Amino acid sequence: MTVLDILKYPDEALKQISQPVESFDEELSTFLANLEETMRAGPGGVGIAAAQVGYFSRIAIVDVSSKPKIKHNGCMILINPEIKTWEGMKVGREGCMSVPDYTGNVIRAEKITLQACNAQGELCDYECEAYEARAVQHELDHLDGLLFLDRLVSRRTDLFKRKKYK
Amino acid sequence: MSEWKMLTLVGQDKPGIVAKITTALFEAGSQLGEASMMRLGGNFTIMLMVKSEQSVEQLNQSIEPVVKEMQLSSSFQSIEASLHQHEIPDTRITVYGADRPGIVAKATSGLLDAGFNIMDLESDVAGDEANPIYIMHIEGLAVHGSEALERAMEQIKINGVHVDVTPIDVMIG
Ligand SMILES: [Zn+2]
Repeated sequence: MTVLDILKYPDEALKQISQPVESFDEELSTFLANLEETMRAGPGGVGIAAAQVGYFSRIAIVDVSSKPKIKHNGCMILINPEIKTWEGMKVGREGCMSVPDYTGNVIRAEKITLQACNAQGELCDYECEAYEARAVQHELDHLDGLLFLDRLVSRRTDLFKRKKYK
Repeated sequence: MSEWKMLTLVGQDKPGIVAKITTALFEAGSQLGEASMMRLGGNFTIMLMVKSEQSVEQLNQSIEPVVKEMQLSSSFQSIEASLHQHEIPDTRITVYGADRPGIVAKATSGLLDAGFNIMDLESDVAGDEANPIYIMHIEGLAVHGSEALERAMEQIKINGVHVDVTPIDVMIG
């Protein structure tokens, strides 16, 4: 397996829209292994999109299982992913391997459901929430040429907006 | 010696302060770094990292026409600094309550004792003259962990002040 080079903004290639995967072959599984290796090599990397290594196919990997005490789906290989439903909104802090030395606040849906093919090309359904949902939305943005920089909100935004149901 | 200087500038807020100051610095061949600029109590304030081979005196001269025209007060000082050294805060604290003397001192002293390192603090006085509300938003590093922090903040809550401590869980992807 190989750790691939990460494209870094201002590389304009990151703004490119990725194309759907059509064949689930040997080449794809080799690429997936390398992409996962690259994600795990990154500092705290819990997700990666193929576009970040200059491979403009609709592929992302998210694995937040290393984080303590959160709900997760394990290692998700997301090919041709599509978010079906969004629920709630929350401000959270994000960073990106393609934007070193910067973190910023971004509003994301708290809960999502999505459909994506796995490495074998089988369609799978997922429910994600909180941290994992954030990671998925961040990675899927990469497939549409969007960076978290495109969604930054002010540091003050979260003030008084926290849910209180008690 | 580091080539970085810190520009501190304040004056009654009016349109054009940022554009004119940064143009003067650009024309003097300076490079700009990190900055915090905001309106406080009707004043506009700037803290701006400026990289330049010019001396503090030369830099002062290069912005002097703007400073005079716009009735600002400013100073440069040499600083030991570098870019690309961001630390990621792990905790966000919101403090708010009826404004009363000592609220900031109490809260921040409590944070200090709990081993909390403030990286960013914004505060506002809201409400009205009769009933001012103090709102403070702090981000930083809980060096001794969040439990020490929660305990320290309990002391402040006793005085009717609302304190909210939230971990910042940065997602890097
Ligand atoms: Zn990213």
